[in-house]
Amino acid sequence: MSLIRDAIDAVRRLVPEALPGALPSEAPPDPLIDARRVIGTPLSRVDGPLKVAGKARFAAEVPLDGLVYAALRYSAVARGRIAVLDTAAAEAAPGVLLVMTHRNAPRLSPPPLMMADPRGAAASSLPVMQDATIRWNGEPVALVVAATQEQAEHAASLIRIDYEAEAAALSFDAAKPHAAPPGDILGEPTTIKVGDAEAAVAGAAFRVDRIYRTPRHNHCAIEPHAVTVAWEGDSLTIHDATQMVHLTRSTMAAVFGIAEEQVRVLSPFVGGGFGNKAVWNHHVLAAAAARMVNRPVRLALSREGVFRATGGRTLTEQRVALGAKADGTLAGLIHSGVTGITSHNQCPEQFSFPARHLYAADSFLITQSAVELDMVANTFMRAPGESIGTFALESAIDELAETMGLDPVELRRRLEPERDPTSGLAFSSRHLVEAYRRGAERFGWDRRNPTPRARRDGDWLIGQGVATATYPYYRMPGGEARIRLRADGHAVVQMAAHEMGMGTATVQAQQAAERLGLPVERVTFEYGDSALPRGTLAGGSSQSASIAAAVAAAQAVLVEQLLRLAGNDSPLAGLKPAEVEARDGGLCYRDDPRRCESYASILRRAGQDELVAEAAAPPPAETQAYSMHSYGAQFCELRVNAVTGETRVTRWVGSFNTGRILNPKTAASQFRGGIIMGLGLALTEETLFDERTGRIMNPSLADYHVPVHLDVPEIDVIWNDIPDPHSPLGLHGIGEIGITGVGAAVANAVHNATGIRVRELPITLDKLL
Amino acid sequence: MNPFDYARAADPAEAVRLAGARPNTKFLGGGTNLVDLMRETIETPDSLVDVTGLSRRIEVLADGGILIGAAARNTAVAADPAVRKRFPMLARAILAGASAQIRNMATVGGNIMQRTRCCYFYDDAARCNKRVPGAGCDAVGGFNRMHAILGASPACVATHPSDLCVALAALDAVVHVEGPTGGRTLRFIDFHRLPGDRPDIETALAADELITAVELPPLSAAARSTYRKVRDRSSYAFALVSVAAALDVAADGTVGTVRLALGGVAHKPWRAAKAEAALHGAPATEASFRAAAEAELMDAVGLPGNAFKIELAKRTIVATLAGLVRGERS
Repeated sequence: MSLIRDAIDAVRRLVPEALPGALPSEAPPDPLIDARRVIGTPLSRVDGPLKVAGKARFAAEVPLDGLVYAALRYSAVARGRIAVLDTAAAEAAPGVLLVMTHRNAPRLSPPPLMMADPRGAAASSLPVMQDATIRWNGEPVALVVAATQEQAEHAASLIRIDYEAEAAALSFDAAKPHAAPPGDILGEPTTIKVGDAEAAVAGAAFRVDRIYRTPRHNHCAIEPHAVTVAWEGDSLTIHDATQMVHLTRSTMAAVFGIAEEQVRVLSPFVGGGFGNKAVWNHHVLAAAAARMVNRPVRLALSREGVFRATGGRTLTEQRVALGAKADGTLAGLIHSGVTGITSHNQCPEQFSFPARHLYAADSFLITQSAVELDMVANTFMRAPGESIGTFALESAIDELAETMGLDPVELRRRLEPERDPTSGLAFSSRHLVEAYRRGAERFGWDRRNPTPRARRDGDWLIGQGVATATYPYYRMPGGEARIRLRADGHAVVQMAAHEMGMGTATVQAQQAAERLGLPVERVTFEYGDSALPRGTLAGGSSQSASIAAAVAAAQAVLVEQLLRLAGNDSPLAGLKPAEVEARDGGLCYRDDPRRCESYASILRRAGQDELVAEAAAPPPAETQAYSMHSYGAQFCELRVNAVTGETRVTRWVGSFNTGRILNPKTAASQFRGGIIMGLGLALTEETLFDERTGRIMNPSLADYHVPVHLDVPEIDVIWNDIPDPHSPLGLHGIGEIGITGVGAAVANAVHNATGIRVRELPITLDKLL
Repeated sequence: MNPFDYARAADPAEAVRLAGARPNTKFLGGGTNLVDLMRETIETPDSLVDVTGLSRRIEVLADGGILIGAAARNTAVAADPAVRKRFPMLARAILAGASAQIRNMATVGGNIMQRTRCCYFYDDAARCNKRVPGAGCDAVGGFNRMHAILGASPACVATHPSDLCVALAALDAVVHVEGPTGGRTLRFIDFHRLPGDRPDIETALAADELITAVELPPLSAAARSTYRKVRDRSSYAFALVSVAAALDVAADGTVGTVRLALGGVAHKPWRAAKAEAALHGAPATEASFRAAAEAELMDAVGLPGNAFKIELAKRTIVATLAGLVRGERS
């Protein structure tokens, strides 16, 4: 059962009690959805000075007394058993305190699996170093602890390991005939059938029926994974780089058989997560080793280690078939395909999600299946599914527009549905056509030449392309926030949230300041520590909405407490919570702004230094009542060298509808970062998985090609900034939508430039010669 | 990384003496390749002799050539006014390589001695005849996009990764080396070897010899020269194909002097002698350039992952020469 399914069930259980007699759809909008005092201002990052000065302490930089260092050895076969394991030389090497292998590792429970166990943060449920069995090429098989990092790495290289290799499932093409549909896709049905889409496509006036392929990708966050761990008795402290402090706490507690309260996870700064900073083997191994040597241990993965011991985006083969009528509407839409997964994870790469919500059609067949391969557990990577699903779907839409002689923006306008085409729910906030209109105007789309290979500048062919971006709105259940309001008029807002570079520390202080009626300088947001009220995971672009809902709940409790505390001597005397609003550092009567009292005044009169309010967010009922998604239009201009096939993207406009934007400065960076990652997906990135051995052959930033500065043009991002009336603050999370649609916009522009349609990523120059 | 001894040499004689006194020694330049390989335990020297203190002078010779001390940093060579004026292809080749940070560290001598980027060479879980002679080659049936189309052998299809060396091959550079019994010079185009059945032996340099300088003989045609690198991203990627070219067109429109070398295609920087021969005296037209390119690539053999490089190399040769005729510099 997935987290998302848990959330749905939680809503179904709780909504009748929470809102007696009221459907969620009747819940009033957040009163702050139009507030613009602090929200919407381009506040610079509050942690920026710390970071540029090198004073922000990341997990691999935490100093501890007596700290020792660990290094890993990785398996060299994909499946089999360790036949020979000789650790004598390593044990005798200088500085070595411990060589840990399956022979001497403590007996540990398998880690609870993310998306399957409500406690789970582990990307794989396999036991960690508990036996001689090898399950993927690159699995950690030995760990060395030494006085220095260099000594640990040297000693690890001295361990002799021979394997009895067994036949492994490594070839995607060989496994494809055995593909099977998973039970569900992150809580959504695996297959959606409306009418007979195959027949509708076959009989349509205009048809596109194509296969698209996307390769494996790896995250390449600037900060490789690292933990610094220390035991004190049976209590474990983990300085981590994680997107999920509380789930990490419960996962580690389960592995070591201790109470959750005995584990503390701190993660104040994360150098990029993108879905991959969950619990992997290195967490378990570092903690086990620290227990064995009775010293604090640091285990920082090398870049190679990140590729071997943590997973990335899996590969897919997708079919999109579209059948259109003469008026440009769809008779049938088919999106199906296969992904590679493992037997020990829960990450189906939901490429079929966009087609469920984007376009109207008379009939649908949407389904995905999976094959199990012997590889490191694939995992969530920025817009899992949507990033590469939109590559296939939006390429096919472009192909259909070409077949029909229609402008691709106009075709999408004709496909615009009134309600969610497969769920039938009303959209909470769509405005995709408006995003297209604004983006097209900004880009100058009306001046595009629709004829392929028609624009040229010397050796360079110029092309323009467009594609739809889309990503769901999620809000995770279970978040709790605490507000500590002090008599000096300062508030500290606490929630175990995550700052992975997207601006959490800044933006959450902003929205809390708006909520509390305080200047932002008087609000501190504390996060990244499992000792704080429960945070939800920073994934699925859900964190901002999850925090906003929890802070709103805590503020409602705070208002009740303040009114009680204010008593009869206050200008607020007799007012009910619904009758007051937070403003100017205090509370005011909504109907008479002269009836106000500051927080400082209320607390001083009551003789209190501080007032503390804590509450949990209500379950995410809004996602049950509405089809909630973000949308956008990605416009690309590029040049393809007619001689060499090299592609250079020269101009980009991303136009988004993502509810309210809380901070235009950090938001623009998130959109741009997503688009840049999309350029990598489109043009350069591919994890080279050798199907003979299961070995990843390019585990370095020299050989795994993320975009460099010269690959990235100026990126213009705009947004509608229309509040979603059904989300906290009217916001949608924006961490992932930026990458969606980029692959197709590039592929469509390449086709416009060259006349060549590339249906297999990345679009490397050999495909354009 | 294995533990190792470290010593710093003040002059070439001391460097050679220090190296001779210790078994399994490597000379250390900027370390931008050797230290990476040591971290991967692909190189496991017992001692390093740091030669970055040796000559880094860039000196214009009486004959109009240039002598570059082996410890000169790549950045300094690329920025040198005489190099930029007389041998622009060399400056462009250097700037097409690596990153600014790496070029600031890397030395000319070290660049010449850098080793292939074949991913199977870099991974000791793979088979590699270059690392372990006789072990076999996993690149032939594996990922070979970056691999050789010219001069390869069944034992090895790796390429030499340098950009700078492609220009040196085109410019008839001369390598000055110092050994225990004194100095000697080698033609640059004879310095690197084709793999044959001993891909582990990569150069004509003896184990106890040190590169002390690179000499660029005068070549007036090199004033009109360039370097074109084709790769999988705009910067910080090794060449799929690169072309170093100098071209002098006579008054009658025929090719006078031409120098042509290819990178990314072979175990060594590939001097395109067949193409040069085909071009001498031919009209400086795209048709001639294409014919020359066809002649050079006649014996090319593609693997599944790199067969496209045969046509890519031809096209890049033609476009680079045509650009020089038009007066384009890159």
